[in-house]
Amino acid sequence: MALVELENVFKIYQVGDEEIRALDDVSLKIESGEFISIIGPSGSGKSTLMHLLGCLDTPTSGKITLDGIEIQNASSMELAAIRNRKIGFVFQSFNLLPKLNVAQNVEVPMIYAGVSAKERRERTMEALKKVDLENRAKHRPMQLSGGQQQRVAIARALINQPRIIFADEPTGNLDTHTGENILNLFRELSQQGSTIVLVTHNPEIAAVTPRRIEIRDGKISFTEDDRLAGTSLNK
Amino acid sequence: MNIWATILVGLKEIWAHKFRSGLTMMGIILGVASLVGMSALVKGMENGMREAMQAIGGIEKVSVIQQELPPNQSHLSDQVVGITMSDVEALKKNATLTKLITPEMNLGRGGVVSRGKKVFRPWNISGTWPNALDMNVHKIEHGRMFNEIDDDLARNVCVIGTEVRDQLFGTFEETGKDIIPIGEEININGQLFTIIGMFTRYESEKQKKEREYQLANPSPERLGPERRTGWGRGGPGGFAFMLKNSTIYMPLNTMWLKFRASAGTNNIPDPTLSTLNIRISSVEELEAALQQARNVMMSTHFAMEDFTFRTQENWDENIRAQVNNYRWSGGIIAAISLIVGGIGIMNIMFASITERIREIGVRKAVGATTFAIFIQILIESIVVAIIGGILGVFVSYGLVELLKILIPTDNEPVITLWAVVVSFCFSVLVGLMAGIQPAIKAAKLDPIEALRYD
Repeated sequence: MALVELENVFKIYQVGDEEIRALDDVSLKIESGEFISIIGPSGSGKSTLMHLLGCLDTPTSGKITLDGIEIQNASSMELAAIRNRKIGFVFQSFNLLPKLNVAQNVEVPMIYAGVSAKERRERTMEALKKVDLENRAKHRPMQLSGGQQQRVAIARALINQPRIIFADEPTGNLDTHTGENILNLFRELSQQGSTIVLVTHNPEIAAVTPRRIEIRDGKISFTEDDRLAGTSLNK
Repeated sequence: MNIWATILVGLKEIWAHKFRSGLTMMGIILGVASLVGMSALVKGMENGMREAMQAIGGIEKVSVIQQELPPNQSHLSDQVVGITMSDVEALKKNATLTKLITPEMNLGRGGVVSRGKKVFRPWNISGTWPNALDMNVHKIEHGRMFNEIDDDLARNVCVIGTEVRDQLFGTFEETGKDIIPIGEEININGQLFTIIGMFTRYESEKQKKEREYQLANPSPERLGPERRTGWGRGGPGGFAFMLKNSTIYMPLNTMWLKFRASAGTNNIPDPTLSTLNIRISSVEELEAALQQARNVMMSTHFAMEDFTFRTQENWDENIRAQVNNYRWSGGIIAAISLIVGGIGIMNIMFASITERIREIGVRKAVGATTFAIFIQILIESIVVAIIGGILGVFVSYGLVELLKILIPTDNEPVITLWAVVVSFCFSVLVGLMAGIQPAIKAAKLDPIEALRYD
């Protein structure tokens, strides 16, 4: 069974008398271990799709299964638990908590998971090692460069060993060179077996993933899979 | 979500905004301090009101006094026996709930003492038993109390209060020294008595403080003719101490033989006691003890009810009612300031979550439940209140010290553990109430909206 499965998902917003179909009959499967990008111009519905996939929101109708759990009818408490244990988020603007230091930021998801302090420390250092920031553990986010901040955010996304990572324009606030480093980090993680969904409006960035889905006007307009074409980025 | 981790987050949040948190806490600190301070003042006032009652024997002391026969027995009025020593003996044997019995015969308003040319009418000249010391809470400062032998031999000895000394021998202010007239002789209604003991000087806390304050800070000399300035000193109940100082005790038998048996113009012996004081073991047993004493005395009085009891219940109730009034009115005013402090917390919590909308969004995205956010905000608010409450308790001790300096002659304010506990708990409650609304607002935030917020 696929890790994530969407069947005829609709997300409809009512603005006044007008009905806005942010997602219009979307069906989609993401397998475990996939590295996939969702592209589309702003307003296309790709953010809405990511919010649904990321369990931040529930669909108006349709069925979403994540790791065997149907989430369309889940309570907000169940959604929070799924976000905590099965999903990692990386945002365009990093979204680190400014008052906490690097290690504390990485620890936050584990606090909500009820991990003991000792284990939290060990896992934090491990995760920071993965993103090459173990010597910045006591720094504040503001003392780090953009690329470093995004790596902290990635460490935080990884900390509870999620089944899937969503990255929403992860290079949007970074210069090209740093952006490439971050994309390389994602590629490494993908090679280590993580499932990663990259959301972007930039086809160049989307090109790093083997499979690409384009969203337009709330529908999947185009799917491209290098693997089916016999080419692979990781060759 | 671990509760300690949440508290830690709250503490960090408070620490991150030291100045703002300090200002917020100030409201709670002052509120708690004023609540504790107010209750300390009321407690001091209560002590002041109670000490006069304690000085006359407290609520456990009950006087058995003579009264007219009730109307349905009035035809027996020529047969009444009055309160006599046989009542004392009967009560001693049979009234088990009474732990101390003291008979008293006094000279009433006719008692006059003199020494040389100085004459004085004390409030009370009584013949009694040595246990009157316990009964009326007297303390011998100089010399000794008369004993059973003095009583058996009906010796002309007496123990006097300091007011009697002041009147017959001179006050400290007049003579410049504390005269101790032990061994001196005085004349009581024509009989010579030797002073063998003198009580300590009884005064209320307030009188004592006023006196000491006067000694330390002599007021400028009063202009105009010399005069006595009245008794209005020493607060409510001060009179009880004045009267107590104006006492002369002699052995009961001395009183009986020298003034009652057949002496002077009075040649009809009068064996009735002026009062009979009893002390019960505890206030809880008051009803039972009175009933028992009445039963015993009804038998010695041949069923004629020519006696009744006088307790200090009214006085006690008055004090209670008054203290209760002060406590509530003062408490409510102080509580209002604490509630204002709580409103301060609420205000700051609203400002704080508006500042942290994005943070709340991030926390929700990484797995914080609605409840976890609610608890986090609530705990931050409670932590402010708890720290404020603890500091407030410390500040209240300072406040009370300040009050002592400002009102040196009033009853000392007393901080009770109860007041501290109640004020602290109230401050925590206020913090809790203040946190609920902001916490609900924070918890309800939509994570998507919150993440987008700038």
